[in-house]
Amino acid sequence: MSIPKHLTSLFLSLPFAIIIFSFFVIPLCLVIMVSFWDYNAYSIIPDFIFTNYEDIFYGCVKSLPDLCTSFATYLSSLKFVVIVWFITLITGFLVALFLAFCVSSLQMQVVLFLLCTIPFWTSNVIRMISWIPLLGRNGLVNSTLLDLGIIDTPIEWLLYSQFSVILAFVHLYTLFMVVPIFNSMMRIDRSLLEAAHDAGATTVQTLTNIIIPLSRPGIIIGSIFVITIVMGDFLTIGVMGGQQIPSVGKIINVEMTYLQFPAAAANAVILIIITLMIIYSMTKLVDIRKEL
Amino acid sequence: MTRKIDRRTLLKATGASVTLAGLGLASPVVHSANEKIVRYLGTATTMGSEIDKKLFDDTGIKVQYIPVTTDEVTKRVLTQPNSFDIVDTEYFSLPKLVPSGNILGMDSKRITEFDNISTTHTLGEIGGKKIGDQGTAPKKVFYLKDENSSEFSAEPTRWATLIPTVFNADTLGIRPDLIKRPISSWAELLNPEFKGKASILNIPSIGIMDAAMVVEAMGEYQYPDKGNMTRDEIDMTIKILIEAKKAGQFRALWSDFNESVNLMASGEVVIQSMWSPAITAVRTQGIPCVYQPLKEGYRAWAVGFALSAATKGYQADVCYEFINWYLSGFVGGYLNRQGYYSAVPKTAKEYMADYEWDYWMLGKPATQDITAPDGKKLAGAGEVRDGGSFEERMGGVACWNATMDENRYMVRKWNEFVAA
Repeated sequence: MSIPKHLTSLFLSLPFAIIIFSFFVIPLCLVIMVSFWDYNAYSIIPDFIFTNYEDIFYGCVKSLPDLCTSFATYLSSLKFVVIVWFITLITGFLVALFLAFCVSSLQMQVVLFLLCTIPFWTSNVIRMISWIPLLGRNGLVNSTLLDLGIIDTPIEWLLYSQFSVILAFVHLYTLFMVVPIFNSMMRIDRSLLEAAHDAGATTVQTLTNIIIPLSRPGIIIGSIFVITIVMGDFLTIGVMGGQQIPSVGKIINVEMTYLQFPAAAANAVILIIITLMIIYSMTKLVDIRKEL
Repeated sequence: MTRKIDRRTLLKATGASVTLAGLGLASPVVHSANEKIVRYLGTATTMGSEIDKKLFDDTGIKVQYIPVTTDEVTKRVLTQPNSFDIVDTEYFSLPKLVPSGNILGMDSKRITEFDNISTTHTLGEIGGKKIGDQGTAPKKVFYLKDENSSEFSAEPTRWATLIPTVFNADTLGIRPDLIKRPISSWAELLNPEFKGKASILNIPSIGIMDAAMVVEAMGEYQYPDKGNMTRDEIDMTIKILIEAKKAGQFRALWSDFNESVNLMASGEVVIQSMWSPAITAVRTQGIPCVYQPLKEGYRAWAVGFALSAATKGYQADVCYEFINWYLSGFVGGYLNRQGYYSAVPKTAKEYMADYEWDYWMLGKPATQDITAPDGKKLAGAGEVRDGGSFEERMGGVACWNATMDENRYMVRKWNEFVAA
C-alpha cells in the first residue's frame, strides 16, 4: 500500500509541529493571557485589565521631553542593537569574505573556521567575565598603560560602561554573523566572479555587484540572530554594565523575582512585538524562504 | 531478516522498561519506617556539610536540599507548597507567605528552647532596652491567631509564624586601606569623595532600605517608617539615588553575594552595601575590609523555619525533631563563629570556647587567634569585632528588612533608578 505523497510530508512535519505548538505556541498564549491578569504580593488573579500595560507606559507622555523608564530602556536597547549589529556585520562579513574567497584550500577553510569557534567551547558567562580582570581599574590594560607611562590615572570607562557592554556583545556574537554569511558566500558560483573579472570589473565592483547581493540571505539571517539576542539580553548588560545600564530583560527579571508575573508578561509581550517588528521590516528586504 | 527481529526485540524490551519506569514513577515514594528525611527549602547559607553530618550522627535525620535564592524561596512556597517539608525564610517575606495559607503555624509547645529565644525577636528589645522596629520587625509578625490562621496576632499565642534560627545586623562594608580616614555615617555612601567608587545592592526591597538610611543620615528627611514608605517618600528616595547615579557616584550595582566580594576585593569599590559573610570572604583573601558600624545604626534581618501546610503526622514529628536539634547549640555555636547570631544564644554558648564567646558576643579583644569554622584565620589576638558586642550591635538596629504596602510601586520606581 502506498501512502499519498502529501500525507507523507504532513506526517514528517508532525514532530516539529508538535514541538513548536507545545513549547512555543501554548506558552506564548499563556504569557499573553497572564499579561491581562491582576496580581498582588503573593498571587496572580485571573482578570482582564490593562493596568500592566498602562504601568509600563506610566508617565511616558506626561514626562516628555524627558524619557520615562520604558522609553529610556527600549532606546538604550535599540542603541546597543544598532551599534552591535553594525560592528558584528562589518567584522563578520570581512571574516567570512576572507574564509570564503581568500583561503583557497577547503582543508584550510575548515581549520580556520574551527579556530573561530574555539571561544565557544566555554560558556558565554565565562567568556564575558574574563574581560573583567582585563578591563578593571587595576586590570591588565590599565596597569600596562600606567607602567608604560601613557596614562597617569586609570581609565574608568573601560569597565562597567557602554563600551564594555558593546565589547562583550561583539566578542560573543560576531560568530553568529560569520556562519550564515560564510554559508551564503560558499554557495556563490565561482564562475560569476571569473566572468566579472573577464568583463573588466574592479574588485570593489565585484564586491558590491555580486558578492554582497548574493550573500544577502546570510546577512539577514545573521542580523536576525544578533538583533534578537541583543534585544532580549540582560546578563551581558548586567555583568559588563555594572547593572547600571537598563535592559528590558532585567526589568522582566526583577518583576519575576517579585512575583509580578502579569507585569513581566506584559513587558515580554511588548518586547516580542518590537522585536517582531524589526525582523518583519528586515524580511521585507529579502525573501528568506525563496533564498534558502 | 535477523536485523528486523533484533529491532523488534529491542523495541519490546524498550517498551517494557519504559512501562516499568512509568510504574516506578507512579508509585508513591515510601521511605522505610526508620529513615528520617527532611526536604529543606531555603538559601542554605545557614546549613552546611558539617551541620548535616552532626545532625545525622545525633538524630539520624538526613536533609534533602532544595537550595534557591531568597526571592526564589518565596516564589516556591507560593507556587509549589507540596515540594518541601520545611522552609528556611526571612521574616520580611511573611506578609507574602502567610496570607497564602501554604505554611503552617508552628506549635511553640513542641519547641524545647522556645522560652530561650532571643528577646530581639519576641519583645523587640535587648537587655531590657527597646530596639528599632521600623520595617518588618520579627515581633510584628511573630505569632499567628491559630494553627491554620492566615492572620498575624499582635498578642502572644501558642502558634508562631517561624521558629527563628539566625539573625544579624547589616551595615556598610569599606576598604580602610583605600579610604584612609574614619567613616562613621551612612551619608558617606553618596559622598562625592567616593565618586565612581561606591556601590549599592540591586535587590529593590533591601536596596531601598539602605538608601533610606543614607537619606536620613544626609539630613534630607526623617521617615516615619523606613520599612513602609508612602509613594511620595519612595519618589523622593529614588530621586536622590538617581541624582547620585547621574553624577557617576556608583561604580556598579550588585545583586549577588559574590559580585560584592569581587567589587570590594578588586578595589573597584571602596564603600558599599555588604553582607557579613562577604566581608569574611574578602578578609580571608588577605585584603583589609571592615564591616563599619555607623552612628545611624544597622539594618537587621532574621530568618527562621516553618513547616509546609502539607507536612503532617510522622513527617511533621521529624521536622520538629530537626528544629529542636538545630536550636540545641551545635549550629548556634557554628554560626556565631561566622559572625551571625543564633536565635538561642544560651545553647550556642555551650558550644563555643570562652575566648570565642568573649570576642563574638561580648565584644572583648581577642586573647588568641580567631578562626572561622573552616579553620581560616579571621582576626589576631588583641583585635575587637567590628561594632562590638551583641548588645551594642543589635541595640543599634535602626530598621529591619521589610515588605512595604507599596511594594509594587517601589519595584517600578527602583527600575527607574536602574534605567536612569
